[in-house]
Amino acid sequence: MAKAAAKTKAAASASVERRPALAGRTLSAPGVKVEMLPPAERISLRAPQASLAALSKALGVTLPVKPKTSAMKDGRTALWLGPDEWMIIDEAGNDPLADCAKVTALHSAVGISHRNVGISVAGPAAAVTVNSGCPQDLSIEAFPVGAASRTILGKSEIVLLRTAEDSFRVECWRSFSDYVFTLLSEAASDAAN
Amino acid sequence: MLLIRCPYCEEERPELEFRNAGEAHIARPTNIAAESDDDFEKFFFIRANPKGVIYERWRHIHGCARFFNAVRDTVTDKFVMTYKAGEPKPSKLPGASK
Repeated sequence: MAKAAAKTKAAASASVERRPALAGRTLSAPGVKVEMLPPAERISLRAPQASLAALSKALGVTLPVKPKTSAMKDGRTALWLGPDEWMIIDEAGNDPLADCAKVTALHSAVGISHRNVGISVAGPAAAVTVNSGCPQDLSIEAFPVGAASRTILGKSEIVLLRTAEDSFRVECWRSFSDYVFTLLSEAASDAAN
Repeated sequence: MLLIRCPYCEEERPELEFRNAGEAHIARPTNIAAESDDDFEKFFFIRANPKGVIYERWRHIHGCARFFNAVRDTVTDKFVMTYKAGEPKPSKLPGASK
């Protein structure tokens, strides 16, 4: 019923309707579930060392400086992507871009909320599923909970975040999402065997 | 699959995340307009292409996206070492026997 309501509302303002790629798609296989995550606010942040304190304060989450790590607070996750590059994902509905706009310290913040989509891969076979296309070592020792990295899945670039021991968040560009979701779905079916 | 150590990520990552970016330590002439055609050809086109140890630029394109330098043996394809971009050419290579 909520769907019908959304449809009516969308018809009234079709030009501003947000249509996330593959919204609502899920796949359940024995041992793993792959599903599209709800829309989130995201920014790509570039900043020198000197600006980190001010940005961390404005964002409310301390920007991690160690490779392959992330930090999370109040629904906002900061992922280390490079020595001066972070991805901020806000799932609480607040806009990190507005928070960064108040900071006078040198930085570059670009809104990429609609560029990316998030896919959740969860279940005991989650690591096996992601590993079918991702060459990184995803054992819990090498890629612990909270570890985040830009990497590759099949032919597509992804950002991978381990949210729990048996759960991953896969972020990819929306134009790649069909490929990524299909690859993960196939892998999920195989992972059970 | 080769494992390549990224000096920025501080660990070994699978080669699929990397892209080769040609020979390293090629300095651009300070006054390129004054270069003679022969000198420009040498700078722009001519590469060492040795059999053995080569100094190369690599980019961790599907990772931290940073360029770095690597020392590789073209015969065995083994990476001797990697170091950050901008650092001087290492004078001594680890485990160099010859």
